[in-house]
Amino acid sequence: MSNAAIIGGPHTHERASVGHTMGMVVLALAPAVAFGIHLYGWPALNLLVITVLSAVISETACLGLAGKPLRPYLLDGSAVIAGLLLGLTLPPWSPWWIGVVGGVFAMVVGKHVFGGLGQNVFNPAMLARTALLISFPLEMTTWITPLPLGSPGAPDFLEGLRITFVGIADIDAVSGASLLGHVKTAFTQGKTLSDVMTGEYADPSLALGFVRGSLGETSALLLLLGGLFLLARRVINWHIPVSMLGTVAVLAALFHFIDPEHYPGVEFHLLSGGMMLGAFFIATDMVTSPSTRAGQILFGAGCGALAYIIRTWGGYPEGVAFAVLLMNAATPLIDHHMRPRVYGRRRDGTPLQPAPNKWPSANRKEREP
Amino acid sequence: MKVFRFRGGVHPESHKTPSATKAIEDLPLPERLYVPLQQHIGAPAKPEVAIGQRVYKGQLLAHSQGMISAPVHAPSSGTIVDIGEFTAPHPSGLWVRTITLETDGKNRCGKNRWHESAKPTDPFKMAQQEVAARIGAAGIVGMGGATFPAAVKLALGKERRIHTLIINGGECEPYLTCDDRLMRERAHQAVDGIRIMLHVLQADQALIAIEDNKPAAIASMRAARRRHANLHVVVVPSRYPMGSEKQMIQSVTGIEVPAGQRSADIGVIVHNVGTVYAVHRAIRLGRPLLSRVVTVGGGAVREPKNLEVPLGTLVEDLLEFCGGYSEPPARLLMGGPMMGQVLPHSRVPIVKGSNGVIALSTAEIRSRPAMPCIRCGRCVAACPCGLMPVEMAPRIRNGDLDSAMEYGLGDCISCGSCSYVCPSNIPLVQYFNYGKGMLADRREAQRKTEATRRLAQERRNRLEREARARAKAAAQRKAEKATDEAREKNSPEVSV
Amino acid sequence: MITAIASLATLGLVLGLLLGLAARYLKVETDPVVAEIEALLPGSQCGQCGQAGCGQAAAALAAGELPVTFCPPGGRSLAETLASLLGLEVDLSGVEDTQPMLARVKEATCIGCTRCFKVCPTDAIIGAPKQIHAVLQDACTGCGNCVEICPTECLQMFPIEVTLGTWRWPKPRLAA
Repeated sequence: MSNAAIIGGPHTHERASVGHTMGMVVLALAPAVAFGIHLYGWPALNLLVITVLSAVISETACLGLAGKPLRPYLLDGSAVIAGLLLGLTLPPWSPWWIGVVGGVFAMVVGKHVFGGLGQNVFNPAMLARTALLISFPLEMTTWITPLPLGSPGAPDFLEGLRITFVGIADIDAVSGASLLGHVKTAFTQGKTLSDVMTGEYADPSLALGFVRGSLGETSALLLLLGGLFLLARRVINWHIPVSMLGTVAVLAALFHFIDPEHYPGVEFHLLSGGMMLGAFFIATDMVTSPSTRAGQILFGAGCGALAYIIRTWGGYPEGVAFAVLLMNAATPLIDHHMRPRVYGRRRDGTPLQPAPNKWPSANRKEREP
Repeated sequence: MKVFRFRGGVHPESHKTPSATKAIEDLPLPERLYVPLQQHIGAPAKPEVAIGQRVYKGQLLAHSQGMISAPVHAPSSGTIVDIGEFTAPHPSGLWVRTITLETDGKNRCGKNRWHESAKPTDPFKMAQQEVAARIGAAGIVGMGGATFPAAVKLALGKERRIHTLIINGGECEPYLTCDDRLMRERAHQAVDGIRIMLHVLQADQALIAIEDNKPAAIASMRAARRRHANLHVVVVPSRYPMGSEKQMIQSVTGIEVPAGQRSADIGVIVHNVGTVYAVHRAIRLGRPLLSRVVTVGGGAVREPKNLEVPLGTLVEDLLEFCGGYSEPPARLLMGGPMMGQVLPHSRVPIVKGSNGVIALSTAEIRSRPAMPCIRCGRCVAACPCGLMPVEMAPRIRNGDLDSAMEYGLGDCISCGSCSYVCPSNIPLVQYFNYGKGMLADRREAQRKTEATRRLAQERRNRLEREARARAKAAAQRKAEKATDEAREKNSPEVSV
Repeated sequence: MITAIASLATLGLVLGLLLGLAARYLKVETDPVVAEIEALLPGSQCGQCGQAGCGQAAAALAAGELPVTFCPPGGRSLAETLASLLGLEVDLSGVEDTQPMLARVKEATCIGCTRCFKVCPTDAIIGAPKQIHAVLQDACTGCGNCVEICPTECLQMFPIEVTLGTWRWPKPRLAA
């Protein structure tokens, strides 16, 4: 019998497969996506289709170039999810080429340049979003005021295509600053929080997502719901989302307590921007986060702290993408240092010393002389 | 009783129901038995019989040689027809030295029922060493699959004080039900075996650990231990690898075995239920280890069963008795699906450590092509030893064994939890087994290099010694010659 | 534009010059590793590497004339140790290909000439004049010296047989 035919154990396997995981993630994102499309209409749907298609097509092309089998690699769904997540972080009425550049960048530079599935250091979607933000700051900060489907002034299908592929006729009429951007600008002008949260920004419907921003920004509560679904189905672990949101909440609460006029409160930080999307769907990306539980907690805390720092004292109004990328870079280091304790060994790797007085019978002997 | 948690672990589907409901049946005696001389860890046994010799049931076929070894007995009466090579129940399909016995169907025993040296007596009146010696002479090894000679393990207890004997009734492997049935049907015999073991070890207590998915076995063992205050049944959660020695010790005592040490070093000895049952039979009935309970199961077997099988029976005989295959098996295993070994074919014998013959269907093995690692860390979470398979496997693949060792390759118990959960279907355990093999090869090569260096040095010393001796001899001869010549030269003068 | 190119070029030149100077003046004298290497070698002076003995082979390896895989009796393990000692990348493909062999005596043709005794570097051949010789498998290094000297070709090299004890799990064959 030749060695090649010898199969090692185990001879059974857990049922879950990668394709199944992909389905779960898409399902978890579905409510937020549907709500976002409802808010921003056809152009938003166009954008999502463009990012997903460009990601999948560039993945296919890269796999073809690398000579890898297409079917198993495409069916794992990583390209679809990267495209979807990217689309959720872009301004909803972005022109088509933003979506295409982002999708291609995510797959080619963010993933296949590193060697493909499992080899990338950075989250592809966040890498693409950040690259777009730095390269095209104007397009990437044109936030559309929500125009729910069917409401007066909302673009119809043809109008949507025109917006996506030709451009928006009168940008200033339909756009404004996102919540985070608005607050940031106001702070730089020396205003306080009570000055800022007035007019349209004081609307309680903000928390429900009727706010300018990307698709993944406006549906914080629905994303939270999707994230809880993934937790319940054990697709993701609680460690990263809980430590990330927890760190942000603690920092926000602390500074808000110290100076309520200059530091927004917990709910503002948790529900605005990409915090929910980042905590449940982006920071939890398996490839680019640590593989031990302790490491994941540290990673999540790092993401949360950096996001808060960038938002509060940094130059950009939103910091989740940068925070995740910075922690991605720290992941190999975390994985190297935060190893689990090995059975029968101490943390430093030396064998445990048996403690005779802890033996059950020895204890019993002492009790019953 | 408090149960402690071990790290990681997985919950494979148990698949135990088809055979757990079947009482243990005796397999009809096959015409030929193929008894390997090595069914245990350690040195192979040395044959005592010759081809053509008639043997009775229980007669010693081969005696143990060396410190760690176990004898082999005739599972039935008949004639020795061959002592030679036969395929071992091992994935390699390599041979093992095997005695072939043609049975006469009479199951005739020797003069004193079994073997002469093992007359049944009251073990509690015997010296501990004597009982241990009998257990060794009966050829009993660890029946859970580890096949470490039981008497050697008992001798470890003599050197160190043992406080707790743990009886491993975990049976955490899916499909296997032989220990479950044994505890349900022969609880009193098993408890007697435990008491004999306690006597030999002079331990304070015995903890019978049973996974909570075997309520009938728990009830039966509880009833059987009732009169013995130092025996306790501990119900442990059903979690693989509960039956692994280190994890079991941690579960029932909360103590970890320090790395590089044996369980006896912390005062604990673990024995399988099947082993204590064999001890009962050996000591009370004077019956050496001649048969064992084997679960025949898996989706490709028509009628899963628990069988009491004479050692040396071919796997194909077991399968035939269970109605054969219901569909062509995707994989034929000896042992459970997690740690069991693929068999090269079904013409291999049942040995002392064979707890199951499992024929799995294609649907059951869920074999999928391996994909690149996505670093999800599920293997890290599943590892009961706290290792990082995600880091070790690529290092072994790239031949960096030192780095893999630094990540704890030496602490891996090859339980397969990591491979089981891997969403990319990477054969992690095989990487680790390959890595361990490479390390063993490396140790062997180092040993050989050192031996070679020593031998070469000895040869140089010998050559030098010989050269010196030759030189000395030559010098002596020269000196003698010189004196002779001088004498010859001088003699005339002397004569003058 | 031109200033940028010029400044970068100057920077490159200056840094390159510095590196060159550093390489010349801060050169670390290599340790005398020959003795260290020799201590690792089997020391049987079998000559399979083409050198006269282990000392010469160690010198040749230190001088870079031999690859770390030069020593057949040392095998893979020695190659790895040497590679880590010298800080070299080791290509073990060559070692895997050459199967380790051991000498065995075909008893029918052995005339008991004892010539093989004299060339065996580890005294692995036992016997006496006019008696059939035998090779101690454990002591044989597989150097093949005896095969060359044997007048009746009764000494031959055989690959080491794999048994249950020496069988090892194969490396998984995968793309991943």
